[in-house]
Formats: sequence, C-alpha cells, structure tokens
Amino acid sequence: MSRTAPLRTKHLLALTAVAALVVTACGGDDDAADSPSAPAPTEAAGGATDATEPPAAEVNPVINLVGFAVPEAANVAIAKAWGETPAGQGIRFESSYGASGDQSRSVVDGLPADYVHFSVASDVTRLVDNGLVAEDWNAGPNGGVVSSSIVVFGVRPGNPLGIESWDDLIADGIEIVSPNPASSGAARWNALAAWGQVVEHGGTEDEANEFLTALFANVVALPNSGRDATQAFLSGTGNVFLTYENEAILARQNGEPLEYVIPDTTLLIENPGAVLIDANPKATEWLDFVLSPAGQAEFAKKGFRPIVDGADYGEVDGANDPTDPFPAIAHLQTVADDFVSWSDLSKKFFDEETGIVTQIILASGKAEG
Amino acid sequence: MSDVTTTPPPTRAAPAPDITSDSGVSSDNEGTFRIGRGSGLALGVAMVWFSLLVMIPLIAVVVTGTEGGWSAFWRAIRNEQTFAAIRLTVGSALIVTLVNVVMGTLIAWVLVRDDFVGKRVLDTLIDIPFALPTIVAGLVLLSLYGPQTPIGIDIANTRKAVLLAFLFVTLPFVVRAVQPVLEQLDREAEQAAASLGASNFTIFRRITLPALTPAIAAGAALSFARGVSEYGSLVLLSGNRPLRTEVTSVRILASIENDNRVGAAAVATVLLAISFVVIVTIDILQRRVARRG
Repeated sequence: MSRTAPLRTKHLLALTAVAALVVTACGGDDDAADSPSAPAPTEAAGGATDATEPPAAEVNPVINLVGFAVPEAANVAIAKAWGETPAGQGIRFESSYGASGDQSRSVVDGLPADYVHFSVASDVTRLVDNGLVAEDWNAGPNGGVVSSSIVVFGVRPGNPLGIESWDDLIADGIEIVSPNPASSGAARWNALAAWGQVVEHGGTEDEANEFLTALFANVVALPNSGRDATQAFLSGTGNVFLTYENEAILARQNGEPLEYVIPDTTLLIENPGAVLIDANPKATEWLDFVLSPAGQAEFAKKGFRPIVDGADYGEVDGANDPTDPFPAIAHLQTVADDFVSWSDLSKKFFDEETGIVTQIILASGKAEG
Repeated sequence: MSDVTTTPPPTRAAPAPDITSDSGVSSDNEGTFRIGRGSGLALGVAMVWFSLLVMIPLIAVVVTGTEGGWSAFWRAIRNEQTFAAIRLTVGSALIVTLVNVVMGTLIAWVLVRDDFVGKRVLDTLIDIPFALPTIVAGLVLLSLYGPQTPIGIDIANTRKAVLLAFLFVTLPFVVRAVQPVLEQLDREAEQAAASLGASNFTIFRRITLPALTPAIAAGAALSFARGVSEYGSLVLLSGNRPLRTEVTSVRILASIENDNRVGAAAVATVLLAISFVVIVTIDILQRRVARRG
C-alpha cells in the first residue's frame, strides 16, 4: 500500500481504467466460473431474455437459434425457405452451434436463445428444470421432436466385410469406431440402439449387456462427437463406424467415400426442439414452419427422416437409393416405447459410476489390459 | 489508499512533494523515486491482471472441486478410469518434457551456433505448432501417423499417439527459451576453457549448461504445463480408449456431460496440484544444477 500511495490521480485513473477494462473483458468467463459453485438460473434466465424481449407490438426481427452442430446445414436451408414466406420475411437468425450438451449448458448460463434444437431430450429437460422452457414443451402432436434419423453402420465402399446386422459387428476382426457415449450426449443413441436390439428380439437385459460388452471389445476408437468419428473413419480408422443416417448421407453428399448399412432393427433418433418461455413470439411461428411439410422437406434433403406426412423432398442425394431415401425399418425402436424416457435411461445407462454403458466401456479397457 | 485520503488536508498547497517525503524509503533520491513510482503502478497493474486472469479462475476451480466435500472429491479421483487417465496424461507430459529438454536445447544450439542453408526457414517454422488450431493439428497428425500413413508409421489409437501430439504442441517452448540466452552467452569463457585444454563436453557441461539451465527449466515447465492440458490435437489420433489412451480432459468432459461439475472440477484440481508440484520440482532442480556449475 505504501508503494501505491504516492500515485497521482492520473495514474490511479489509468489503473482503474485498466482494471475496469479487464473486468469487462472477463465478464463472460467470470459468469462461467461462478455458475458451477453458485447456480443462479433465474439470473441467467433474466439476462438471456431481457436482451431479446421485443418492444411491445413491434416485431423483433432477430431469432436467437441455439443448436447442436449436426443440423446446421438443414436449419440454414429451412430458414431460407421460411424467409420466402410472409411469416418469415425479414427475420434474421443469430445462430450458435456446438455440442448438444455444451449448448444446453450455455443457455442455462445465459446464452441468449429463443429457439433451441438439441440432440437429446435431456438437454431440453435441463432448460425446463431451470425455468427457461415450459413444462409442456413436448405436449404437442410431435412430442417435442423436430428432426429425426436412425442409427446406421458406416462401412467402406463396397462393404468389403459384408456387414448387414448387429451380430456382424461382434465378429472377430471387426474394428468399430463410435463416438464416445461418455462425453457426447448424441453418441448415446448408438449405444442404446446396440443394447435395445437384443431386447427387441426377446433377449434379456443380461444378454443385452453381454452383446454390448462384445461390441465395445471391438471398438478401436471413441472420438468425442459424431463428426469426429466420421473424420477418424474417413482417415482409415476401423472398418465399421456407428453413426446416424443423416450424418452418413451428409458425408456422401460431400463426396466422402463411404457407404452405410441400415440394420433390420435400429433406434429412432429423435432430436427435440423448443421455444423458450420468454422468447421472441416469432420463434413460435418458426417452430411451426420447421414442423410443417415444407420445413421437414428441407430436413429430408439433408438426410433427416421427415416426421410429418406430405413432405415433398424429391430425390435425396447421398442416400443409398436417392429415389427411396428413407426405407421403412422392420423393427424400429423408440426411446418412449423401449427406454421409458431420457432422464430414466440417462441414469440407468450413463451414470458416471453405475451406468450400464459406463461400466461396459470401463470393462472393455480392462479386457485389453 | 488510506494514505492518499488522509494526507491531503495539511498539504493541500503542494500535495505531491509532501506525499513524496511521507513515503520514506526512496524519497532521498529523485531518480529512485521515479522508478519506484513507475514500478508501483506496474506492480498494481500486474497484480490486478494476474488476479483476474489466473488467481480467481484457479480458486474457482478448486472451490468447486471441493464443494461436494472430501468424499465427493475423493470418489471423483479414485474412479479407476479417471486415475488411469491422470496417470497417462501426467506420465506422457513428463516424458515429453524430458525429450524437449534434450531436443529443444539441441535445436536451439543448432539455430544459434551453426550455419546452414534453410536456417531462417527452420527458425520460423518452429513456432508453427503454436499458430495451428489444435484440431487442425490433430487432423494433420492423423493423416500422417494414422492408418493411411504415407510414411509407414501408424500409431493411431495407441499411447504413442498421445506422446506424439504432446511433442508436436510443446516443441517450441524449450527452443524459444534457450535460444536468446545462448545468443547472449559470452563465448570468451568457453574459449578460455578450451585454451586450458578442456574437452568440448567438459566446456558444455561446466560452462555452457549452467548458464542455460534457468532457460531450459523455464521452457520445461511451460512444456509440461501445456502437455498436461493438451486436448484438441490428440483426440482424433488417440481414440480415447478407456484405461489405455484416454487423457484427463476426456474424463472431465464426461463429467460435464453428466452435469457433474463438481467431479469435473475435482479432477481438474488434482491436475493443477500435480502440475504445481512438478513445476516447483523443476525449479528446485534448476537451482541445484545452476549452483553446481
């Protein structure tokens, strides 16, 4: 203190200015650092919504869209189509895309959002728990789902190993790449599909656990996201990769050398979307358009299975058969029918200590010892 | 602050000189005083800066990590998979740091003492690992040292991949720390030793090395710290295999994905503590080597 005492006012001012600057610059970080120790959801919600609340009677032309990375291209296409309708004219999107869980946590921590589009329902549930999304967000006819796909196997061109079914994946010599269900919420669809197909065909839970154990014994890499898994596979890792139909179609649209196989039994991937409680009213109109045949047609063109009838998407480039891009599945499982709910299955399968998948992954590491 | 507010009344006419005489130590010499005032400001700025950028975030991590009490903390770090990840991360960072100490010093030596074609190019390229977004680095490493390797080295999804990625991103630290010191080094001492019949190795060991040791240690500490925290460049190449190639960052991500921020912070705290011990040890070693020289 005695050393700073002789400072002239000018210097003090300069110091204060620097400090103020730093505080402002670090404001965002501080929020992030503080929130885990003292979660203040209501504050965060206030910050998020104040920024986007429109002045009365005047249309706010900006919709903040927060989504997981995979459907970005589709959302851009839908936004363009919406912009050509009267309701969507003049509306701009402030978009943020990233890993589903990270995006959901960011919204809780104050990232402005009017409309969210996540990979798994539990990421929306997190917002419900924090008072940002209405409890009845999934009460509509679509059950809160805005886009859907299925779990498929990505294989090398020509499918040299002749992989057709889940049982082919646990054969000797098969090397599997799958996104990591521990660190990526979206990757959890794959593990569930592998487990669920055993039960679907009359297997017990123990048999399903055994199958999943055998499958993870063949896993050679667990990249952190579906996109990373695609990248690792395309760089030569493994000979099968667990992925989503839309991801495989998109990769093929981009000219990547891979094929995909749809197993007889698989899991319906349902990505939820929701409008926040204090959102720009336009966001509700946007959601209506996303769910309309016109909106779903844009999803379909990027490889997502339309969730409503009447979506006119013509041919889908990159699909195995562009004229019949989304063939019916003999045994299609869903979370609601086969796994109760996301919150239920999150605990049962993915709990950090006791989850079925968590333990099987750990065991697969030991088996290699 | 209290000094400033309490002194003005009696010295309103000429505040500056009076405060100067109050502050004692350095007031007898105008020159020292100016430096003192300047460094006082610098110290203030440095402390504010350091607190905001380093101390407060670090304390927040530690506080969050211990929030669930010691049992939650203990459970997080006693998880078998997490423990294996910490061991792999810290072990790899230590090995890489040792390699960097040798190779980094060697490269710095070559860059300063030798003349060869392409020296300037090499000198510039050293920093490239810093400039490359780590995920791009990961893609490059995967295409070069993965299954489609054009040079016959496939280390994808093995522990070597972790080492390679660490080596790639930490290369510049020791080089850049040692290089300027080596450039400034007075060569007369070396020449004198040579004229007295010392061998090249003896000269290096007794004269050059002690002078370089603090720089090497500084580079080593940076290299270790960066290695421990590295993530982007290795995730594609290492495959995140449980107990085998999974690094600590992936475990932290897994905790966060399960909304277990306390667990994530607990693991981060362990990593911080280990890093602290290692960096202090490097400093102690450095002092001993420098003294012995």
